[in-house]
Amino acid sequence: MHSTLSFSRATTVPTTNYAFHSQSPINLRFCGLRREAFGISILTRSSSGRVRLSTRGRSKRISASTGNNGTPPKSFDYDLIIIGAGVGGHGAALHAVEKGLKTAIIEGDVVGGTCVNRGCVPSKALLAVSGRMRELQSEHHMKALGLQVSAAGYDRQGVAGHANNIASKIRSNLTNSMKALGVDILTGFGTIVGPQKVKYGKVGFTDNVVTAKDIIIATGSVPFVPKGIEVDGKTVITSDHALKLEFVPDWIAIVGSGYIGLEFSDVYTALGSEVTFIEALDQLMPGFDPEISKLAQRVLINPRKIDYHTGVFATKITPARDGKPVIIELTDAKTKEHKDTLEVDAALIATGRAPFTNGLGLENINVVTQRGFVPVDERMRVIDANGNLVPHLYCIGDANGKMMLAHAASAQGISVVEQVTGRDHVLNHLSVPAACFTHPEISMVGLTEPQAREKAVKEGFEISVAKTSFKANTKALAENEGEGLAKLIYRPDNGEILGVHIFGLHAADLIHEASNAIALGTRIQDIKFAVHAHPTLSEVLDELFKSAKVLDMKTLRKMKS
Amino acid sequence: MQTQLGSAVFPRLLRRSLSYIPSILYSLHSLLNLFHFFRFLSNSSPQSQKHKEMASPFLSNTIISFSSSLSSSSSLPRLAPSIPFSAIRSKSTPRRILTVRSKIREIFMPALSSTMTEGKIVSWVKSEGDVLSKGESVVVVESDKADMDVETFYDGILAAIVVGEGETALVGAAIGVLAETEDEIAEAKAKAASKSGASTPSAPPPAPTPAAASTPAPPKSTPAPAAPTVAEGPRKTVATPYAKKLAKQHKVDIESVVGTGPYGRITPEDIDAAAGLSPSKKNVGLAVVVETKPAAPAKAPAASAAPSSLPPPVPGSTVVPFTTMQSAVSKNMVESLSVPTFRVGYPVTTDALDALYEKVKPKGVTMTALLAKAAAMALAQHPVVNSSCKDGKSFTYNSNINIAVAVAINGGLITPVLQDADKLDLYLLSQKWKELVEKARAKQLQPQEYNSGTFTLSNLGMFGVDRFDAILPPGQGAIMAVGASKPTVVADADGFFSVKNKMLVNVTADHRIIYGADLAAFLQTFSKIVENAESLTL
Repeated sequence: MHSTLSFSRATTVPTTNYAFHSQSPINLRFCGLRREAFGISILTRSSSGRVRLSTRGRSKRISASTGNNGTPPKSFDYDLIIIGAGVGGHGAALHAVEKGLKTAIIEGDVVGGTCVNRGCVPSKALLAVSGRMRELQSEHHMKALGLQVSAAGYDRQGVAGHANNIASKIRSNLTNSMKALGVDILTGFGTIVGPQKVKYGKVGFTDNVVTAKDIIIATGSVPFVPKGIEVDGKTVITSDHALKLEFVPDWIAIVGSGYIGLEFSDVYTALGSEVTFIEALDQLMPGFDPEISKLAQRVLINPRKIDYHTGVFATKITPARDGKPVIIELTDAKTKEHKDTLEVDAALIATGRAPFTNGLGLENINVVTQRGFVPVDERMRVIDANGNLVPHLYCIGDANGKMMLAHAASAQGISVVEQVTGRDHVLNHLSVPAACFTHPEISMVGLTEPQAREKAVKEGFEISVAKTSFKANTKALAENEGEGLAKLIYRPDNGEILGVHIFGLHAADLIHEASNAIALGTRIQDIKFAVHAHPTLSEVLDELFKSAKVLDMKTLRKMKS
Repeated sequence: MQTQLGSAVFPRLLRRSLSYIPSILYSLHSLLNLFHFFRFLSNSSPQSQKHKEMASPFLSNTIISFSSSLSSSSSLPRLAPSIPFSAIRSKSTPRRILTVRSKIREIFMPALSSTMTEGKIVSWVKSEGDVLSKGESVVVVESDKADMDVETFYDGILAAIVVGEGETALVGAAIGVLAETEDEIAEAKAKAASKSGASTPSAPPPAPTPAAASTPAPPKSTPAPAAPTVAEGPRKTVATPYAKKLAKQHKVDIESVVGTGPYGRITPEDIDAAAGLSPSKKNVGLAVVVETKPAAPAKAPAASAAPSSLPPPVPGSTVVPFTTMQSAVSKNMVESLSVPTFRVGYPVTTDALDALYEKVKPKGVTMTALLAKAAAMALAQHPVVNSSCKDGKSFTYNSNINIAVAVAINGGLITPVLQDADKLDLYLLSQKWKELVEKARAKQLQPQEYNSGTFTLSNLGMFGVDRFDAILPPGQGAIMAVGASKPTVVADADGFFSVKNKMLVNVTADHRIIYGADLAAFLQTFSKIVENAESLTL
C-alpha cells in the first residue's frame, strides 16, 4: 500500500531549524486571501493586550454544558488529539506516531480537507489539462518543435472526472496511511469542552467525550464570500464548485486575482472561456513580488482572452435567472461610488478563504477568535482572551491564518509535535515556499523586494538583487519555453538569502533549492559551489546564485574602516 | 544593463519571445494580388445547365469560382513604399530616438521591439531641468514586451516632459524635449507646449496607425438604432474581453458593432465580421454596413482636411475599415489604372464542350478544368497573349502557361494557379484543381500556388451572367471573362436556323504588348478548340 505521501515525508525537520528565532509575523497573502482578513491574525504576544473584542463573536451557545469545566482529567485517552484531518492534521498525526504518541484525529467531513478534496489537488488535475490544451493549441509552439497536431479538443466530463478521481485517490491514500500507523480516526465534529477535553459526534447522535494531553486545532478554512454576493453554486460559484467543472461558461468573471483566481483563469481560458478579473486593489496579483507580477501579467493576462477591472469591489452579484445573465455591480474601492455593471455568464468568487472555527467551543476555554482566526503565538500555542497561553492547546494551518498553505499547516503541525515531545521548535515561515500553478508557474520563498527593502531600512543593512533568465537555460530552450525569470534578494554583506521568486517553466519545483537554503541557513557563498546536473532547469537557480555578488572580507573590512 | 540609444536596444527585463510574426506575412502576401471588378453588362436569360456544378456553392460554400486574377511576385516590392518612411529608416539605421533639430532635440518614443506600436512611460528617471549626460538613463518605457531603461545619446538639459508617467505614446512621438543650454530651455518649453497640445506625433508613426484610429467615428449621437433586442433606452455596449482586444487590434469601433452573442453582447466573431476577417458563424442580418467613407490609407495625415469634400455619412451608417486582403485588392485596383487595356469579345459555340463535359464529368473533370485546358492550348499557339509587360519597354515571354482561376472566398478573392495547364491532361488538371480549392478553403495555399499565373480565367457563368468585363491584374498580359452558355438561335450561311449553345467570352489585355489582331486570333483559336472539344482530352 502506498501509504506514504509526498508531504508526509516532510517529517524530518532539519535540526538547524531549532535555532531559529521567531521571525516577526509575515503578512504574505497566500491563497489570495484579502489583506483585511489577515493581518490581525498574529497579534499574539500581546503587549497590546486586550485587543480581542470579537467582531463576530460566537454566540453564547454553550457555557454550562459540562460540569467539571476547568478541571483537567488525570489520565488521558490519548496523548494527542487533532481536530481536522486535512493536510495539516495529517502531517501532525504522522509525525506524532513517529514520536510514539497515541494519536486520534477527528474529522467531521472527509479526510483530506480542503487541499485534497476542494483545493490544491483537484485544481492541479484541471491545471494539468489546461497546460496540455495550451500547448496543443499553440500553433506557433508546436511548429517550432516541428509537431503537427490537428485541432485539440476536450471532453468536459472527462476532465471533471480526472479531477474527481485524483481527489478520491489521494483521500484514500491519506486515510490508509493514518490507519496503517494506528491513528484513530474519530468521525464527527469536534468541540472543545474544557482543558484537554474534546467531544465529538455526528449530528443527531450522542456525543463522545475524549481526553488528551495535548490538542491541536486544524479545522482549516472555507471560501470567503463577501457580503452582497449571492452564491447559487451554478452561475455564481466558489472554488468548491468550480473544481467540479460542471460547466465551462463562455465568459466568466473572477473576483480576486490571487492564487486561486489566477489558476482558474489559466484553466478557463485554456478551455475556451473568456475571463474578466475583478480586483479590489490597484494591481493585479497583489501578493506577488511586483516585478514578478508585472511579468506574469504580460504572459498570463495580456495575451490571453482576459480583461480586468482593478480598484473595484464587486458589491453585488446576482446569479443568472429569469433569462438574465449574471449581473455584477462594481463599486470603486476608494470613492465607494458605483462604477460599472457587468453582464457575464458566470462568476467565480476567489476573494480568499475564511477560517472554519465556528462551533469549536473555544469560548469554553476563554479564547476569542479574530475574525474567525484562532490567535496563536509563534509556537502555535493558542492565546486566550486575556493574552495568556492556553496550556496544551495548539492551532495550526488556515485556522490560525499565519500562512494559508497546506504545506505550511503540515509544517506547523510537525513543529507542534516536536514541542509536545520535548523539543522546542519554531517554524521559520520565511522558509516556506509558495507556488501558483499557472502556465508557466510562479513560485516564491521569503520576502518580496519591497518587503526586503523595508526590512533593510529598519534594520540597517544593504540588500542586492540578482536575476537570471530562463532564456539562457539550455533545457528551457530545448522545451521551447524560454520565457521566465528568477530573482534573488540577498544581503551582499553576509550572503544571506532573503527571498527568491521564480516565474517560468516548472518554477514550483525549482523553488525548493532556495527554500531549503533559507531553512538551513545556507549562505550564497556556500550554495554557489553546489553542482547541478546539466542540462536541467535547476541551472536557472545555479546561475542565479552564481550571479550574486557577496562582498568578501577584505572589502567589508575596508567599508567598515 | 541599460539601453544605449542608437545602438542595439537590450531589454532590462526579459523580452517575450518573438512569437507572433509569421502568420501576418503569409496572409498579406496572399492578398496582394487580388483585385477584381466586374461590370454586369446585362443579366438575363435562363442559364445553361452547363455550369451547374459551379453554381451550387454559392450559398453553401466558402468558395465560388468566379472572377479573377493575380499579379505574380512583381507586386510584392510595391508594398514597401507604403510603409511609412520613418519605419524604414528606423530599421536600416540603428534605432535613433533623438533627432537633431537646431540645438533643441526631441526625445521620441523608441521602438523597443518589432511589434511595438506604442509605449507607456513607466517613469521618468530624470525630471525637468535635470542636466543629462550622454549615456544616462532618462526614462523607463514599457513596451508590449518589457520595461526598458532608455538612455540619452546627447548631453543637455531635460527641458520639458511631453508625455507624463503612466501615459502612452505612439512609437516615434515626441515624449520629451532636450535643450542643449539653459538659454534654450524656454524655447524648448514652447516647443513642448505645442507638442502636447497637438498630441499628434511629429514624426509619422509607423505602419499600423492608420487613419482608422483618427477617423472621426461615425456620429456618436446616433446610438445604433438597429439594436435588435428590445432596447430600453440607450443600451450599454457589452463586449467580451477578447472582443475588446480584437477590436483594438483591428481598430474596429466597438460602439458601431451590433452584438449577436448571448444577451446581445459583442463577441469576438462579431468583431471579426466587422473587420471583414472571417464571417461570423451565426449572423445573417449583421448590421455591419460598409461604406460612408473611403478609407484612404494613403493619405492618413490629410484626413482632417479631406472630409469636407466628402458627403457627410448617412446617419446610422457604419464605417468598417478594409482588411488586409481588401486593402491589397484596393491597391491593385488603383494600380491597374496605369495599364492601357482594351477588350475583345467573342461568341463561342459550346455544344461540343457541353457534350464532352457530360461524358467526363463522372470521371471528376470540372468545367473549370475544361476551360483552363482550352485556354492553355490556345495560349500555346499565341505566346504573346501569355506574355507580360514588366517595364513598359519589352515583352516578357513566359515559358510556362500557368492559368490562374479566380475564386471568391469569404471576404476576399484568391487565384489558385493551374501550372503548366497546357501540358497536364484533363484528369490531372481536374485533380490538381480540386486540391487547390481545398487548400484555398483551408487558407493553406503556398505563394507559388497563387502568384505564379501568366493568364487569368474568371467565370461568372453560373450566376447567369451572360457577359462581363474583368480588370487586368498587374503583371499579366490578359484575362478572360467567361459568361454563361445559353441556347441561342443561329442562322447558318445557307439560311438555316438552328439552336446552339453559345457562350460569350471577353478578354481584357494590355495593349502595350497585345494588339487587337493578336487577341482576335487567340480567341478564334480558343473558339475552335472549344468547338472541337474532343481535342481537349488528347
